[in-house]
Amino acid sequence: MRVTQGTFSFLPDLTDEQIARQVDYALSQGWAVSIEHTDDAHPRNVYWEMWGMPMFDLKDAAGLMYELAECRKVFGDRYIKVNAFDSTLGFETMRLSFIVNRPAVEPDFRLTRAEGPGRNVQYGLETRRQ
Amino acid sequence: MAKQAQDQAAAGQRTSGNTAKRYRAGVLKYKEMGYWVPDYEPSATDLLAIFRITPQEGVDPEEAAAAVAGESSTATWTVVWTDRLTAAESYRAKAYRVDPVPGAPDQYFAWIAYDLALFEEGSIANLTASIIGNVFGFKPLKALRLEDMRFPLAYVKTFKGPPTGIVVERERLDKYGRPLLGATIKPKLGLSGKNYGRVVYEALTGGLDFTKDDENINSQPFMHWRDRFLFCMEAVNKAQSGSGEVKGHYLNVTAGTMEEMYRRAEFARELGSCILMVDLVIGWTAIQSMSEWARQNDMILHMHRAGHGTYTRQKNHGISFRVIAKWLRLAGVDHLHCGTAVGKLEGDPLQVQGFYNVCRDAVTREDLPRGLFVEQDWAALRKVMPVASGGIHAGQMHQLLDLFGDDVVLQFGGGTIGHPMGVQAGAIANRVALESMVLARNEGRDIANEGPEILAAAARDCKPLEAALTTWKNVTFNYASTDTSDFVPSVSVA
Repeated sequence: MRVTQGTFSFLPDLTDEQIARQVDYALSQGWAVSIEHTDDAHPRNVYWEMWGMPMFDLKDAAGLMYELAECRKVFGDRYIKVNAFDSTLGFETMRLSFIVNRPAVEPDFRLTRAEGPGRNVQYGLETRRQ
Repeated sequence: MAKQAQDQAAAGQRTSGNTAKRYRAGVLKYKEMGYWVPDYEPSATDLLAIFRITPQEGVDPEEAAAAVAGESSTATWTVVWTDRLTAAESYRAKAYRVDPVPGAPDQYFAWIAYDLALFEEGSIANLTASIIGNVFGFKPLKALRLEDMRFPLAYVKTFKGPPTGIVVERERLDKYGRPLLGATIKPKLGLSGKNYGRVVYEALTGGLDFTKDDENINSQPFMHWRDRFLFCMEAVNKAQSGSGEVKGHYLNVTAGTMEEMYRRAEFARELGSCILMVDLVIGWTAIQSMSEWARQNDMILHMHRAGHGTYTRQKNHGISFRVIAKWLRLAGVDHLHCGTAVGKLEGDPLQVQGFYNVCRDAVTREDLPRGLFVEQDWAALRKVMPVASGGIHAGQMHQLLDLFGDDVVLQFGGGTIGHPMGVQAGAIANRVALESMVLARNEGRDIANEGPEILAAAARDCKPLEAALTTWKNVTFNYASTDTSDFVPSVSVA
């Protein structure tokens, strides 16, 4: 399956040039970019591993692209995403977040159904390794 | 009581030479009863209301404005001596400014200030009972419209506001950097629960974030509410498992009683829904109650503004939607339909942007072209996610993104379900169009002008988008808006 989290998952995978342009956009907005990775893209897995801290003082996309290349060397078979964080009052949250690396074979999710009283069903999702 | 009001009250007492005359039994003009105070400077703690008044022939605008102030605060048609048992000068609303409406010789904007003490904390019902309770049927006026309001910080802080808000909604959904996508299930009446859930599943699996019950889907003979909830949640969960994304269906819990609404809301929670929906027609108190429930149960609350067109559309009478949006942000909803500007329903683009500002700003600035008469500080109240819904399609993506930015739910009902290749294809077309446009905008492209090219390029790799663009390429709704702003750029605002 193709996990479609992130801002651009319905487009063909972004090239490094395209990634750099998005990072430049984020920096132009005053946002701090960061890299995270995981082997479990379960939708409730909020805390992916941080590849270093958010790059608060970055001036251009090259710095992030360097770190992304380093991250891919170590975790090339994981999901990697680029985030852009906005510390503006009233936002203080992510403003952009998109997947830039995927495992060769993406795990899928098994839907579990626990039947309850009446026709009630308690649903669960489990990450299913290939 | 504000110091200024105290001074005024004291001044009123000091003019005791006239007081006996003022309170002699009989009928006085409202102007003469203290409801027209042209030199009044509103205090920071006053509520302000700006009305568009159309006086009857022979009624001067100041008297009409004073009458509105009077009838929306303390006055009745005749002098009552019992006023003298109160600090009446404070409790009287004060009309303090009347401006002619440009281009409408019989209409005036009347500015009225209300003392904070006139209002119960945290109650939209109380607020509206005062401001619009009596006065709209008042005979000396041909027509009356509430154009805008300013709430003092002290009053704003008595409301909890949206239970979730834009920031937390995005963090719960893990969706950033783009508008959210929704669709209303069609046909809105007549589908069985199983068939209805099928449309939900197809739309969410295709790539939408949300699907939606329509305003009049409650619990009819063809589909009882429990059936709808059960089939929809099966569809939502199955679509989540196939995409790895968080998705939702706005389950409409609108019902005949609060007890029944709570019952439906609790079942939605049991089934794991992340979002609920109510219609505006349930009324202010019910809205505030559902907001409180949503806050206690981690539920996003979607508001469908059913019925608002009866009083928001005509610009000489009723209430501007910007006021309704302000009340709803105070009352506490997370999603609010605010218009599309380009779709099938009423909405001048600038006015509609004004409604979006009311939902999303930390401080809404005075902006007369957008119909915003006064600055409003929202006191860190959470932000409402505006929803653009009604007659929009993928071919308008550049216009929608350009007009509204990222924090909006774009809701394509017919524009998803009516796709010639099926519902999933319709959803794919919308998602691909959206992501392509966001990507291009972030890369610095001028989407307002290059939008059609960007869409055409994206469609080369995406058959469903190509089909959507072909099917709806000439569909626009270019009718003159009835609700446009009337202003003179030079008018300064007190």
